[in-house]
Amino acid sequence: MYHKTTGYRIFSVFNYLLLSLAGLLCVLPIIHILAVSFSASAPANSHLVGLWPVGFNLESYTKTMNNPNFIRAFLIALERTALGTFITMSVITLAGYVLSKDSASFKSRNAYAWYFVFTMLFSGGIIPSYIVVRNLHLMDTIWALVLPGAVQVFNMILLMNFFKATPKELEEAALIDGAGHFTILFRVYLPLAMPAVATMSLFSIVGNWNAWFDGLLYINDYRNYPLATFLQTIIVQQDFSKLNPDVNELKNISQRTVKAAQIFIGILPVLVVYPYLQKYFVKGIVLGAVKE
Amino acid sequence: MSIHKNQPYSLRHQYGQERIFGMETPITAERAGAGAGAGSGTGSGAAAGQHTGKKGFLRRTWPLHLMLLPAVLLQFIFGYLPLGGLVIAFKDYKPYDGIWGSAWAGLEHFRYMFEYPDSKQVIINTALIAGLKIIFNIVVPFAFALLLNEVRKSAFKRSVQTLVYLPYFISWVFLGGILNDILASDGIINTLLHNWFGLQPILFLGDGSWFRAVVVISDVWQQFGFGTIVYLAALAGVNPSLYEAAEVDGASRWKQTLNVTIPSLAPIVIVVATLAIGNILNAGFDQIFNLYNPLVYDKGDIIDTFVYRTGILNGQYSFGTAVGIFKSVVGFVLIVIGYRIAYKLADYKIF
Repeated sequence: MYHKTTGYRIFSVFNYLLLSLAGLLCVLPIIHILAVSFSASAPANSHLVGLWPVGFNLESYTKTMNNPNFIRAFLIALERTALGTFITMSVITLAGYVLSKDSASFKSRNAYAWYFVFTMLFSGGIIPSYIVVRNLHLMDTIWALVLPGAVQVFNMILLMNFFKATPKELEEAALIDGAGHFTILFRVYLPLAMPAVATMSLFSIVGNWNAWFDGLLYINDYRNYPLATFLQTIIVQQDFSKLNPDVNELKNISQRTVKAAQIFIGILPVLVVYPYLQKYFVKGIVLGAVKE
Repeated sequence: MSIHKNQPYSLRHQYGQERIFGMETPITAERAGAGAGAGSGTGSGAAAGQHTGKKGFLRRTWPLHLMLLPAVLLQFIFGYLPLGGLVIAFKDYKPYDGIWGSAWAGLEHFRYMFEYPDSKQVIINTALIAGLKIIFNIVVPFAFALLLNEVRKSAFKRSVQTLVYLPYFISWVFLGGILNDILASDGIINTLLHNWFGLQPILFLGDGSWFRAVVVISDVWQQFGFGTIVYLAALAGVNPSLYEAAEVDGASRWKQTLNVTIPSLAPIVIVVATLAIGNILNAGFDQIFNLYNPLVYDKGDIIDTFVYRTGILNGQYSFGTAVGIFKSVVGFVLIVIGYRIAYKLADYKIF
C-alpha cells in the first residue's frame, strides 16, 4: 500500500536518481581514460577531453602495440594467468574434495583442515616469503608468480561446502559400480559443482591478471615482468631506470594518450570476463557460504 | 584375491556393495586378510571381508592422502617455511650468512620499532586510515543495499549492480594509474572544480590530509558495490510476513525499514563489523602503494608500505620482519576477539 503514498513516490524518484548517479560514478573514470586513449595528443595534454574522444585516432594503440616490451609483458601475463589458474583449480579441487568427507570416513580430515586453516590465520609476511622464494632459486621465474599463492584456502573451503552439499546417494551409487575416489570426483562431484568451479576459475583469472606486487618482489629483470607489474613500474612509479628505453620510446611511454591506452588494455581482459563473472559470482558466494 | 575376478557378475556386485562400508580393492583385502588364512579358498569370502573390515578401511584412504599431497606440499613450502623464517626478526639477518648463521639480536628490532619516531607515525597512520575504511565500508554498502532494495524494476536494479560491482575487479595498478591522471593538478577533477567553482588546483595526492581523504573515498568507491552483496542476500531472506503484518498495522515504508528491515539485518552487520576489527592494521597496501609518493609519507605511509621500503628495498630484513610480526600479532588478537564477539552477539561460526 505504501507504494501509492506521495511521500514514497517522491522518495522513489530521488532513489532512482541517486542509484543511477552512483552507478555512473563507478564507470566514469574508466570511460574518461578510454576517451583520452582515443584522442589526439594535443587536446589530451591540454586536458580538453571529457567523456568523448577529441580528435579521434588510434595512434596511441599503434604505438602501444609496436612496443615490444609491452607485448612481452602482455604475453607473460597471459601465460601466468593460464598457468596460475590451472594450478590453483587443480590443487583446491582435489583438496576440497577430500576435506568434504566427514571425519568418520576419513580420520585425518580434521588434522588436514587445521593444517590449511592455520595458514589463513598466520603467515610469514613478505620478507620471509621473499627469502624462501630466493633460497629456492625461483627468483625471476614464472613459478615465483604462480606457486606461492596457489593454495587458496578460502576457495578450498567454499568448494568443500559445495561438495558437501552434493547428495551422498550419488557417491554411494558410484561406489557400488566400483568407482575410485578420482572417478567419483571427476565424474560425479565436479560436473555438479561446475557453477562453483567456473566462478572460482574466473576469480582466479582476474586475480592472476591483476597481480602486480609479486612481480615487483620476485622478478628482478623487467623482461620477465607480467603486464600489471610492467605498467606499475612505468605508469605509476614512472621508473624507467630498469628499462633503459631510447629517447623515442621514452617520449611515447610518457605521452598521456599512450598511458591511457596501456591502462585500458590492462583493464580489458577483466572487462571481457566480467559479464560471466557477474552472472555467477553472486550465486556462488551466497551458496558457498551457506552451511549445512 | 583371484576370487573377485572369478566371481560371476552378481556376486562381484555384492562385494562391491560392501565397499560402502570400507572394503577395499582385492589386493588390500588379500593383504589384510592374510591372517584369515584360506578363508577365501573355502568360499567364505564375505566372512573374511568382515574380519578385515577395519584394516581395509584404513588402507583405502591412500587416494585421499594422495589428492591432498599437492596442496599440503605447496602450503608447507609457501605457508609454513616463511613462518620459520620469522626467526630473523630476532636476529641480525645477513643474506650471505643465511638464517642460522646470522647473529642473534634478541628483541633489539622490536625495541627500535617502538622508539623510532617514523614507525610510531606509521602505526598511527595505519590505524587511522584502516579505521575510517572499516567504518565507511560498512555504512555505505549497508545504506546502498537498503536503497537498492526499494527498487521494483529488476532490470534497473541489475544494471546498477553491474556498474557498481565493476571497480572491485580492477587492479589498483590500473585504478592508481587512472586516479593519478584524473587527480593531477591539471587533471579533469581540478579542471572541473576550477570551471564550476573557480577553485585553485588542489594537490589531492601531494598533500597529506587530502591524501588520506582520497585513500578512504577511493577505497569506498572501489568496494561499496561488492560490499552490498552480503546485505542484499540477507535482505532476500527477510520473512515477507513481517512486512505484511507491519502493513496491516498501517506502518509506512520508513517505519517498516526501521522496525523490520534493520533489525533483521542487525546480525549480519554485527558479524561483518566484528570480523572487520581484525583489519585495523590492514590499511590496503595495493592501493596506497599505487597512490603515494614521498610528499605524503608523513600522513600516508602505512605498516605494509613501510615494511616493503625498509625491509626489501633498504635490505633491513630483520627490522622489516619485526614490524611485520607486530602487525600480525595485533591483527590475530583482534580477529580472535572479533570472532568471540560475533559468536556471542550473532551466534556466528566459521565452520
